[in-house]
Amino acid sequence: MLLLTCPYCGVSAEETEFHGGGEAHLKRHADGSSDDAFTAYLFERKNPKGIVFERWRHVYGCGKWFHAARCAVTLEVFGTYSAQTLKPPKSIITSIKAKRPDWEEIS
Amino acid sequence: MRKYSAFAIAREAFRHHSGWQRAWRSPEPKKSYQVVIVGAGGHGLATAYYLAKNHGIRDIAVIEKGWLGGGNTGRNTTIIRSNYLQDESAAIYEKARGLYEGLSAELNYNIMFSPRGVMMLAQTEHELRGYHRINQANAIQGVATEMLTPEQVKSKVPIMEINGPRYPVLGALWQARGGTARHDAVAWGYARAASDLGVDIIQQTEVTGITQSGGQVTGVQTTRGDISCKKLGIVVAGHSGVLAEMAGFRLPIESVSLQALVSEPIKPCIDVVVMANTVHGYLSQSDKGELVIGGGADGYNNYTQRGSFHHVEETVRALIETFPIISRLKQLRQWGGIVDMTGDRSPIIGKTPLGGCFINCGWGTGGFKSIPGSGWALAATMASGEPDELAAPFGLERFAEGRFIDESVAAGVAH
Amino acid sequence: MSFRLPNAGCLIDRSNPVSFTFNGKPVQGYKGDTLASALMAADQRMLGRSFKYHRPRGLVASGGEEPNALMNMGEGARFEPNQRATTTEVFDGLTARSQNHWPSLNFDIGALNNRLARFFPAGFYYKTFMKPQWAWKHLFEPIIRNSAGLGQVPTERDVDRYEYFYAYTDILIIGGGVAGLEAALESGRSGAKVLLLEQSPHFGGRFMVDDIEVDGRDGPAHIAHLLAEIAKLPNVTLRARTQGAGVFDHGYALGYERLTDHAPAATPRHRLWRIRAKRIITATGALERTLNFAGNDIPGVMLASAVRDYIRLYGVTSGARTVVVTNNDDAYRTALTLYAAGLEVPAIIDARPNGGGEMSDQARALGIRIETGHGVAKVIGKKHVTAVEVCLQSGTGGAVESIACDCVAISGGFSPVVHLWSHCGGKLNWDEENAMFSPDPSRPPTDQNGEGFVLAAGTASGALGTNACISTAVTAAHQAADEVGRSIKEEAAPRLTQTPDETPMAPIWTMPAQAPYKLRSKTWLDFQNDVKVSDVQLAAREGYESVEHTKRYTTLGMATDQGKLSNINGLAVLAGALDAEIPQVGTTTFRPPYTPISLGSIAGEASGPLFKPTRKTAIDGWHKSHGAIFEPVADWRRAYAYIQAGETTQDAITREILATRGAVGLFDASTLGKIIVKGPDAGKFLDLLYTNMMSTLKPGKCRYGLMCNENGFLMDDGVVARLDEDTFLCHTTTGGSDRIHAHMEEWLQTEWWDLEVFTANLTEQFTQIVVAGPNARKVLEALGGTDVSREALPFMGFIDGKLAGIQARIFRISFSGELSYEIAVPASQGLLLWNLLLQAGADFGIAPYGTEALHVMRGEKGFVVVGDESDGTVTPHDLGMSWAVSKKKEDFIGKRGMQRSFLMAAGRKQLVGLRTLSDTEKLPESAHAVEGGKAIGHVTSTYFSPTLGHPIAMALINGGQSRMGEVLDFPVGSKVHKARVVDLVFYDKEGAQQDV
Repeated sequence: MLLLTCPYCGVSAEETEFHGGGEAHLKRHADGSSDDAFTAYLFERKNPKGIVFERWRHVYGCGKWFHAARCAVTLEVFGTYSAQTLKPPKSIITSIKAKRPDWEEIS
Repeated sequence: MRKYSAFAIAREAFRHHSGWQRAWRSPEPKKSYQVVIVGAGGHGLATAYYLAKNHGIRDIAVIEKGWLGGGNTGRNTTIIRSNYLQDESAAIYEKARGLYEGLSAELNYNIMFSPRGVMMLAQTEHELRGYHRINQANAIQGVATEMLTPEQVKSKVPIMEINGPRYPVLGALWQARGGTARHDAVAWGYARAASDLGVDIIQQTEVTGITQSGGQVTGVQTTRGDISCKKLGIVVAGHSGVLAEMAGFRLPIESVSLQALVSEPIKPCIDVVVMANTVHGYLSQSDKGELVIGGGADGYNNYTQRGSFHHVEETVRALIETFPIISRLKQLRQWGGIVDMTGDRSPIIGKTPLGGCFINCGWGTGGFKSIPGSGWALAATMASGEPDELAAPFGLERFAEGRFIDESVAAGVAH
Repeated sequence: MSFRLPNAGCLIDRSNPVSFTFNGKPVQGYKGDTLASALMAADQRMLGRSFKYHRPRGLVASGGEEPNALMNMGEGARFEPNQRATTTEVFDGLTARSQNHWPSLNFDIGALNNRLARFFPAGFYYKTFMKPQWAWKHLFEPIIRNSAGLGQVPTERDVDRYEYFYAYTDILIIGGGVAGLEAALESGRSGAKVLLLEQSPHFGGRFMVDDIEVDGRDGPAHIAHLLAEIAKLPNVTLRARTQGAGVFDHGYALGYERLTDHAPAATPRHRLWRIRAKRIITATGALERTLNFAGNDIPGVMLASAVRDYIRLYGVTSGARTVVVTNNDDAYRTALTLYAAGLEVPAIIDARPNGGGEMSDQARALGIRIETGHGVAKVIGKKHVTAVEVCLQSGTGGAVESIACDCVAISGGFSPVVHLWSHCGGKLNWDEENAMFSPDPSRPPTDQNGEGFVLAAGTASGALGTNACISTAVTAAHQAADEVGRSIKEEAAPRLTQTPDETPMAPIWTMPAQAPYKLRSKTWLDFQNDVKVSDVQLAAREGYESVEHTKRYTTLGMATDQGKLSNINGLAVLAGALDAEIPQVGTTTFRPPYTPISLGSIAGEASGPLFKPTRKTAIDGWHKSHGAIFEPVADWRRAYAYIQAGETTQDAITREILATRGAVGLFDASTLGKIIVKGPDAGKFLDLLYTNMMSTLKPGKCRYGLMCNENGFLMDDGVVARLDEDTFLCHTTTGGSDRIHAHMEEWLQTEWWDLEVFTANLTEQFTQIVVAGPNARKVLEALGGTDVSREALPFMGFIDGKLAGIQARIFRISFSGELSYEIAVPASQGLLLWNLLLQAGADFGIAPYGTEALHVMRGEKGFVVVGDESDGTVTPHDLGMSWAVSKKKEDFIGKRGMQRSFLMAAGRKQLVGLRTLSDTEKLPESAHAVEGGKAIGHVTSTYFSPTLGHPIAMALINGGQSRMGEVLDFPVGSKVHKARVVDLVFYDKEGAQQDV
């Protein structure tokens, strides 16, 4: 039963107040994209046994989408941040590196 | 392999059971094998067994990081059925179900396949239409199913409340030849039979890398040294993405935790498997008397083999509505397993972008029931190098083509 | 024999007798008794039968770890199987029956299994019953199922209530023994919010039983002191009868409170505490282990600590003449307690060559005989103990002496209760000296911040002595308080305790050390599941070497006690068989709950009418009182048809359709989703969302739109109305309203966040009523207030105005194919308008119709229903709706997906109409078209059309559009139905009826 903090309304709440939305920072490929690019966008997932960047919606709260950096093995949450970002912000990367110096972001 | 039988038990009974042999060998890994299978769960062991038995390939190692059968094979709710809508699914699940029927005798290991019947309740008009559709499809596929009236449902399961105020039972899809089996025994039976055919089962050994040369797999690195191979099978539900990463490709898979629970044992009270999808609960009773209950999956990536308790609450609520007498029974234990969820919730069996490397994954919540069929199909695919008839529809390429094998369609969306 | 002592028992009230029945026989106990202690007082030693061999079973323990004394409790709607006698408080009128025997507890046919035990070693069933194939299901399995299973099956619906309780606390302490209470007092002084849960009805744990002195107070006095001190702290809450059942991620914990099990009442029976704690202290104590010698399962063989508990807490003794067998000093306490109670202790058998410490000197001084270096070869007795045969521990079991006795108190050392520490991933260390696993404080379960959030205290941490027990509790309290930001400023003075010096225990895993097979095959590890030492050794020999394999192969630790007494002994035996160290073998995984909790408590209040909320429209009450039968659609219930007296459902549907087509019908469409999309970029956004163009829609006009997902598959449909330049109202399907609103927000927030658009889901704010049929306009005109003529309000237009004084938005859209108005009014006015329309329509033949009539009428018109004609794998093109897929737009959701090869392939399923060759038999639901033995499509909707007087159907058929006129076979059962592929639209192809 996760506890997450919504970066919009600041509420720290039960997992049941949120809705998970899968991998964050996917680049949308639309009309004109190659089959490979489109398939990768729609289906291929990093799914690391480690730190994931993922989307959540505060569905029974302020209704906003946001992103979280979380370890899928220990469930440690390294921070939540705006959904209107194309990649994890520096502050999040820094807080991950502070705790896991060997961690490298998967491209 | 010394044969198991009532006679053998009687013989051993008079010498303190001192004559039983190891069920499977515990060999040191060799430097090289023709085939390496990663993962000694039901699927991996069945693959090795059918490679040896059907295709004469016996130079095989099955490498397992923990103990054999310790993943989802030993964590599921043991349901076996093949009443699927799509022809491709029905074919492989029905193959599996058919093999299950004769598996105890074939493996000389009682896997306790109990064709007690699987009942899928329809609790909305829409769901009822969906089950009619599956029933009609099954008739053409040669999978024996029938529709039951609410009265027939009640007579098969007297403890069920069919007039629930919120979701009365409108009917059910019934597969009489579906049922359950003893999950651990499936892994143990395949392990024993495969080991007897010469397959090396290497437990407590983790694969840490996959080596390749010129786009062809050449072997694996393990915690007990490098092992070379000509063909590699990745059969590691829950960790498929991790192995794919080692092999250098990415899968349309996310790993989530799926939960289950059992009650304390009571005397027999339900002789069939009941699945109630509208309220999200399914239940059967084990031979020990425990009610075996399938829970929900987490909506986020999770490698912990634990889950969030609210899924257990939701499941139990649904089942008390369906079976009111269970309210005063007690939950004995809950647990989780890590399952692979694919983009269309159907499995992936076949070739991978890496030459000589094959994969079997993505069974989601349905892996146990398919073990013999999936092992059969992957073995044939690995032996010939090309997808077997059962496996062919489940290739990785279907996602690029948009050729989904979507079993959720019968449930569809509400109108 | 077992009996009540004249004057001991700190928990019972001898002035307050309680009457209950056991197996129908009246028994008397006292208030404060457990069922176990009261039955012991009544000399009822045999309390049940074991799972596999149906061997006689008596009490072993005094708490939740009890494996044997499980009861069928209560009657009828309050019947509950497998209730532990040791944790059940007696009350007047309690009824208990023993389990797993037939015909009676004393004479059980199933005990035949015991005679044949040599044929039933661990896992025997994996080796036989394989042939013939049918025999497992029909012969062997039923026998096994019937002989297993323990408790009886309840037959009635539970009449009790259950509830949830939410608690947020800084520190949760689990366990109300001395460690828990000391930790509560200490951490409470910091000002932190503290919640302590104790599973039993009383606090104090072993301090209520053992002779301990703290700060000059005896055990019970010290507990009273702690409780008094804690009572002064308003920030500390204590809760008895509440088990800490599970620890989950991020500091979530479950408490299981039993409110009325000891005193039946109408209030909720159990309360499930859903707790969020910043830190959790597990002060759960330790459990004594059994000793492994032959016949250790015979009634009368009990844990030494339990023997002591029964004397001190309840004033009952399990025997008049008790032999104590031990590998540690603690059991000497039992010998001393027995002696002090005036009971006979013929001998203490201590397996250690040099015996024990200070307490053994005390025992010897009292004249109690002590045999060191000895063990028990076997217990003599059938349904209860009559003697033990004593042997040299180092030998093979040659008896040196037989000692008559009626009770054997055994102690194999202690295991800290590490369950709650382990539930969420806390790791364990092997403590060589005490031969036990204890929490490794360097590897605790971690929370959302990556910090350990569980601390172990007292004996649960592995601190076995009283001093260490209290000091670890204080340390844990300080650490927890610090970590929740509430440091304790003043150090409390350390407690001064008086405890005797103890000699280390010796790990004795089999007794005697060289026990031959004959003894090992009679030595029980798991009493409930009948797993013996020989079974574990067999598993090891057969290669089931992993502890998980052994557990599953032998069923060791899988009983309702989850191996609380047996696991460590089993592990040790396994390690011995494998010639490995115990920590290498490892433990099985500890899973919630700690002891079983009722399913009712897990479901909470959400049962019966509260199971799932039903969404109801403003007119629902009218529907219900006018004969409606309902169908659940998403979370709503919708009127399916209105049944009048003497009608069948089909009659009603036919009548409703004919009334609508012939005159005018009234339909409650309020459940359809209504989403406002507003902003300067609203048109642009909707162009991305829908497959067709929405930005070109003129204000005041409506357009039917389709929505796909990125895969290119249809996901929803509905009419879009442009309210003004910046504002659109999007109608969705009933099931789609929340989903589509979420879908819009997802794209707006996570992909096109540059668009200036806002959305609001107004579904429940409006009642929407359809007035359809040739007389529809007349009905609205009769209400008056707004010009609804063809000129003022043309087809696919809408108008805002008043109807009978009610502010309304009137749409000219039609799903029935008739002249049709959809009127949206504020939900508060919905029922009023409905009634006004009925009144106004009375002269025009108005009739309400339900969802099935609607479906038939739309079927006649060839309109699709998302979820019937589409199923998540169907594109708009497949449905013949290419006209609704824009070719001009550069991008919309699903455009790229539709371009993939399989979605472009020839021969895909296409939607067509079907006309049966028979005019009377409609096609069966979901019938499949078959050609050359292969399915080529399926029926998506099938009706009998009362309008046309013949059956109609829609179907998705491979290449359907090019099969017009073909006759297809639809075999169902033994019958082959035949139908011709025809155009989808069966009724009013030109649309003349709706556009008038």
